Amino acid sequence: MLLISCPWCGEREEPEFGYGGQAHVAYPADPEALDDEQWAQYLFFRANPKGPFAERWVHSSGCRRWFNAVRDTVTNEFVSIYRPGELP
Amino acid sequence: MTRLPSGGRIDRNEALTFTLDGVQYTGFRGDTLASAMVAEDALVVAPSIYRGRPRGILTADVTEPNALVQVGEVLPATVVELVDGLKARTLSGIGRLELESDGATYDKKFVHVDVLIVGAGPAGLAAALAASAGGARVLLVDDQPEPGGDLLADTQPLDGGPAAEWAAAVHAQLADRPEVRLLSRSSVFGYYDQNYLLVLERRTDHLATTETNGISRQRVWHVRARRVVLATGARERPLVFENNDRPGIMLASAVRTYLNRYAAVPGQRAVVATTDDSAYQVALDLLAAGITVEAVIDSRSQPPADLMAQVSAAGVEVVPGSVVCGTTGSSETHRLAAVQVCEFAEDGNDGRSGSGDSGFGERSFEADLLAVCGGWSPDVHLFSQSRGSLRWDDAAAGFLPAAAVQAVRCAGSANGVTDLAGCLADGAAAGIEAAALVGRPVAESVVALPEPGRRRPDGARVAPRPVWLTPSRNGLPNDWTEHFVDLHRDATVADVWRATEAGMRSMEHIKRYTTIGTGHDQGATSGVNAAGVVAVALGHGSTSSPGDLGTTTFRAPSIPVSFAALAGRDVGRLHDSARVTPIHPWHVAAGALFEDVGHWKRPWYFPQPGEDLKTAVLRECRAARTGVAVMDATTLGKIEIVGSDAGEFLNRIYTNAFAGLAVGSARYGLMCTADGMVLDDGVTMRLAPDRFYLSTTTGGAAKILDWLEEWHQTEWPQLDVAFTSVTEQWATIAVVGPRSREVIARLAPAIDVTNEAFGFMTFRETELAGAVEGVPARIARISFSGELAYEINVASWYGLAVWEAVMAAGADFGITPYGTETMHVLRAEKGFPIVGQDTDGTVTPYDLGMAWIVSKKKDFVGKRSLRRPDSVRPDRKHLVGLLPIDPTELLPEGAQLVAEGTDLDSLTGQLPVPMVGHVTSSYHSAALERTFALALIKGGRDRMGEIVLAPLGDRIIAATITSPVFYDQEGARRDG
Repeated sequence: MLLISCPWCGEREEPEFGYGGQAHVAYPADPEALDDEQWAQYLFFRANPKGPFAERWVHSSGCRRWFNAVRDTVTNEFVSIYRPGELP
Repeated sequence: MTRLPSGGRIDRNEALTFTLDGVQYTGFRGDTLASAMVAEDALVVAPSIYRGRPRGILTADVTEPNALVQVGEVLPATVVELVDGLKARTLSGIGRLELESDGATYDKKFVHVDVLIVGAGPAGLAAALAASAGGARVLLVDDQPEPGGDLLADTQPLDGGPAAEWAAAVHAQLADRPEVRLLSRSSVFGYYDQNYLLVLERRTDHLATTETNGISRQRVWHVRARRVVLATGARERPLVFENNDRPGIMLASAVRTYLNRYAAVPGQRAVVATTDDSAYQVALDLLAAGITVEAVIDSRSQPPADLMAQVSAAGVEVVPGSVVCGTTGSSETHRLAAVQVCEFAEDGNDGRSGSGDSGFGERSFEADLLAVCGGWSPDVHLFSQSRGSLRWDDAAAGFLPAAAVQAVRCAGSANGVTDLAGCLADGAAAGIEAAALVGRPVAESVVALPEPGRRRPDGARVAPRPVWLTPSRNGLPNDWTEHFVDLHRDATVADVWRATEAGMRSMEHIKRYTTIGTGHDQGATSGVNAAGVVAVALGHGSTSSPGDLGTTTFRAPSIPVSFAALAGRDVGRLHDSARVTPIHPWHVAAGALFEDVGHWKRPWYFPQPGEDLKTAVLRECRAARTGVAVMDATTLGKIEIVGSDAGEFLNRIYTNAFAGLAVGSARYGLMCTADGMVLDDGVTMRLAPDRFYLSTTTGGAAKILDWLEEWHQTEWPQLDVAFTSVTEQWATIAVVGPRSREVIARLAPAIDVTNEAFGFMTFRETELAGAVEGVPARIARISFSGELAYEINVASWYGLAVWEAVMAAGADFGITPYGTETMHVLRAEKGFPIVGQDTDGTVTPYDLGMAWIVSKKKDFVGKRSLRRPDSVRPDRKHLVGLLPIDPTELLPEGAQLVAEGTDLDSLTGQLPVPMVGHVTSSYHSAALERTFALALIKGGRDRMGEIVLAPLGDRIIAATITSPVFYDQEGARRDG
């Protein structure tokens, strides 16, 4: 079980959190301007690296706030945890 | 009796009687069930699981593969502490789940520690002494009743006295340190991410029943540790030879434990077979106990000189370069009778050497006990669970821990150390390291280590020579069905050959094919040997080693753990939470039957005497369509959305527009996921320019709140909007039917209820009258049935009183309470879909026939997806109605549909049978006086009037595709 350091609340157990998949995949500014392939890229294609991975978490059973984290998918260690709008 | 007259760590003043398979025996306080069985000459246990072969106790610990007993739960006899009156039944490999509750309490506890040390043997005790000397918070976990580990079976002095006394003294010293906690009778069974470990503590089984009152039977400790030291020791391996499974064949270390720790004598005439130095001490201990040792069989051609001299001095023959190649047993007692020995050639591990030679295995020793040592495997189970890597070490002939991934290190024999002084030193080093890493440093000089009473000369140790596969005089390995690799699974060398000859090369595949390592011991006694045999089978020749194959994956739980312990107190009423509305007591009193919707208990229907579901629902529906009926809609999710950008936010979330909704009005909305699939629906009211009151489906409330938060926080943080769940704050009562207006008029005389003054999809804030005079209420004209209908929202603490007032106000109209089933029928008659029942995450608004709700002007989440090529396929499944040709036939929900004329014969028809869709909702209708259904059917809107078939195994129901709106298609009834 992961120990996750919420940027607002500090270290909490994993069951308090929800997972949001890859971070920094912005909703396109003008979806209608995208062709089908570009839109499909946004919808369906995500990275699945072995190693550091920037992903989104939400402290569902705590402050209910979203944040970003870089987690090593091999060791499950959090390399970095940062608030929306911040850099890793 | 085969109990030594003195010695052992048993209390001879406290005799305990127990029964095994109905036979009464006696043991002592301090015995395990297994040690008492050994002492009572009852070490033959139940026959093996598949082959029915006689088996005996093999080990003295939790890895025991043979001696399974039912003592309430199913456990190895080796871990059952003897108590007076214990009743045990031996089992052939598999147990029976107790169906009755044992009445005991199980609980759990959460702790954070600086250093968790697993194992209180010499390394663990030294580690704990060192780690805690600087004040670090230390938890020491050990599975035995008393500390010491292997020291409890050691006859050699330590620190000038018995080794067990040193262990007890250290334990007492640790107990005096305020930050140290000691858990005995406790096993770490799971090692998870970021040093999260689970410990099972057995708290009462060793106590008399009079002493257990108020104590939970078992406790699961959830431990988060900054550092972990694994001092889990090493496991001795059996040897793989022909007929290696007879009762009386025992691990050498187990022989030593029974003899020294329990004063229990497993045999009178012994042979010791070894591949390593350690078993010589077992031979010496047997001799000291007055037991005849016929021979020591050593696989190494040059056994250790110092040890060989000691046993030879006692008149015991050492047979070098040899192995046990077979055994014979007593037909009467099934116990071992004699041991055959052969030379083990230089290239012995090729699987064939020696077989067929004249004179092979003719050397024989009579014996009722064979102590075997196939080498030592460091117990790396937990280290491996922590995802630490392993490496094969030829010198140690075992898998050793290599690189750690988490904050952990192994110490002592778990780390490959083979002598006591080394284990103590390695443990202390691990403790000092851990103390420094958690910021409680300890100077090396502080940790005083005891001096072992006897040390071997430097360089005396001879490297082990593992024997993976002992030759047989009969046939080739693919016939060797009596060379057992996994005793628990009755799997043999022949089974391994069958797997490799079938082309398998990976241990993971071979494990699954042969079931080796899948018993409750998870391969503790078989895994490494199996890899050795596989290496031989794959032709790695005389250098064959398990290192060529590696191990299978180690997984939690590493020891058997009962479901009761895992469940803890989360059983019965506490298994899952149940949410009830403020009106719930009324429903119960009215005899409602309930259905679970999410965590909510919702009234399903309100049967009157003699009614079943069908008749009750027909009556309830009739009341709603012809008179007045009432439903508790409190469970609908409710979210207040507040802020100057609330309207804009809803515009982006809902497929239709909300920014322009007038204050005092309500609008039905549909929301989609980004891929354009329907996510949720509900009615939203605008309370003020910057304030909306949104309702969600009952099951979707939490999910939708999360959804709104996610889009706001991660995509549009610049929008001024905030969300609050108010589901619990409001009670909602739906008053439905042609006479509902009259009921509302009586309850809320302050508002003009005429259709002109109080139109559809508007709401009024008012105060109620009569018995609930002055109660503030928000009354909306919303209909989920097509009838004239109102929803009364009041603060939840008024919910029950207002419900009762509604019942009183409608009494003379025969107002009828109804539940979810009637609600479903009424809405289905109108073709209103239920998200999650008529949709499944693959359905777009267009598929539902709801193009009218999809804005062409604004963007919303999912809009772009609605013109993806896949979203505009003409053969997408559409929501349509179905009318069974036979109006009494009820289509089962979920039934698959095929086109009329489809050949359903599996011999002549097309396979797989082409399916056109499935039934999503199906009911009896009072209004239609027949059955009807909703279905998702490929291109359904273009197939009106076509027949589809629902093949149901024993019969086929035919139905006609229709519009999903069955009742009041012109919508004339909603205004009353």
